[in-house]
Amino acid sequence: MATPTLEKTSGTAPSADEHLVTVTFRIRRFNPEEAAEAFWQDFEIRIDPKERVLDALHQIKWELDGTLTFRRSCAHGICGSDAMRINGKNRLACKTLIKDIVGLKNGVGTKPISVEPIKGLTVLKDLVVDMDPFFQAYRDVMPFLITKGNEPTRERLQSAADRERFDDTTKCILCAACTSSCPVFWSDGQYFGPAAIVNAHRFIFDSRDEGAEQRLEILNDRDGVWRCRTVFNCTDACPRGIEVTKAIQEVKQALITRRF
Amino acid sequence: MNKAIETTDPADATYGPDHPAPVIEPPRARTGRSPRTSRTNYELYGWVFMRMSGILLVVLVITHLLIQLVLDGGVSKVSFAFVAGRWASPFWQAWDLIMLWLAMLHGGNGLRTIINDYAERDTTRFWLKMLLYTATVFTVLLGTLVIFTFDPNIS
Ligand code: SF4
Ligand code: FES
Repeated sequence: MATPTLEKTSGTAPSADEHLVTVTFRIRRFNPEEAAEAFWQDFEIRIDPKERVLDALHQIKWELDGTLTFRRSCAHGICGSDAMRINGKNRLACKTLIKDIVGLKNGVGTKPISVEPIKGLTVLKDLVVDMDPFFQAYRDVMPFLITKGNEPTRERLQSAADRERFDDTTKCILCAACTSSCPVFWSDGQYFGPAAIVNAHRFIFDSRDEGAEQRLEILNDRDGVWRCRTVFNCTDACPRGIEVTKAIQEVKQALITRRF
Repeated sequence: MNKAIETTDPADATYGPDHPAPVIEPPRARTGRSPRTSRTNYELYGWVFMRMSGILLVVLVITHLLIQLVLDGGVSKVSFAFVAGRWASPFWQAWDLIMLWLAMLHGGNGLRTIINDYAERDTTRFWLKMLLYTATVFTVLLGTLVIFTFDPNIS
């Protein structure tokens, strides 16, 4: 018990922040109550490079500028509320380590780290966007179990192999990183977008579900899977490592084999 | 040292909590009123057609280019007589006809996709597509007419 305390006190004070580095965060700010235009603001902070971008945002909000606005809830990659464009790529701020995205020279970041709201959705303030259209597309694919007949008296059983079939797409946390990285979605928000298709896939390939045909019909339409250009931005963006483009291709394949 | 670096903050006295600036909405956002499914397989057939015609066109067009531009003296050999000679055979007539139709429909459908992707306003989208359809139909009909009514003895 005594040893750690001893070691702590033996450390000299000046070296306490030796592990910290100086990094500049270039953040896209927008406040409709102040100005119509968004602008970039730089914040230079001292931070442990093993911390995450979310920690840096906290430090900025708590110590430098309390008006900085962003969403976060769990801070551990579960709730999906802090997807943002970090250095031009859609990432969860709470899962992106600073050391992974910054070049360091003598303890100073060589380039600023840019942080912007995700694209294709209305920016409400700073990094906060209006997620309604995103969740509307999610609702439109009916992300719930659809069955016919009477309710069974016991749970619906499924083999391990049947469960494996759609395992990948069950991992989605609805962070919108994929949908807001898709160029088709940027130019036409009526496109369902990868996240909605991933969540449709989760039920289409579930052996217990009987609504596959309805969902496929929805995704067969003008704003459905056929608008996908296999750009692969979604697969790259997904913080859960879901093979999003593959899931979309599987839905296309299911449509083709069912229609011919 | 933590510090905020002063940047150009375009603070403007004309906006405030009671009269915020307008936010920029993306074109065509999805709402509860977005059109429901039309229950057609049109997009599916379009997608499959693009793959199939693409494969066929690779063969048709590359062979066509070889014959016209590379083999047997290259482009300098192409004359009225050369074309008349090839179109005397129903095989080459059919070849050119299929190539014309596939290329025009393939390209037309590709452009339709691009217009759907990039035209933001519904009226722009509509008129661009009308222009595209007119041009496609015109070219296809004119080409077909020429292939079928070609007269090698024209003077
Ligand atoms: S598929 Fe991945 S990137 Fe897309 S919403 Fe789900 S978790 Fe986020
Ligand atoms: S804060 Fe919950 S996912 Fe990042």
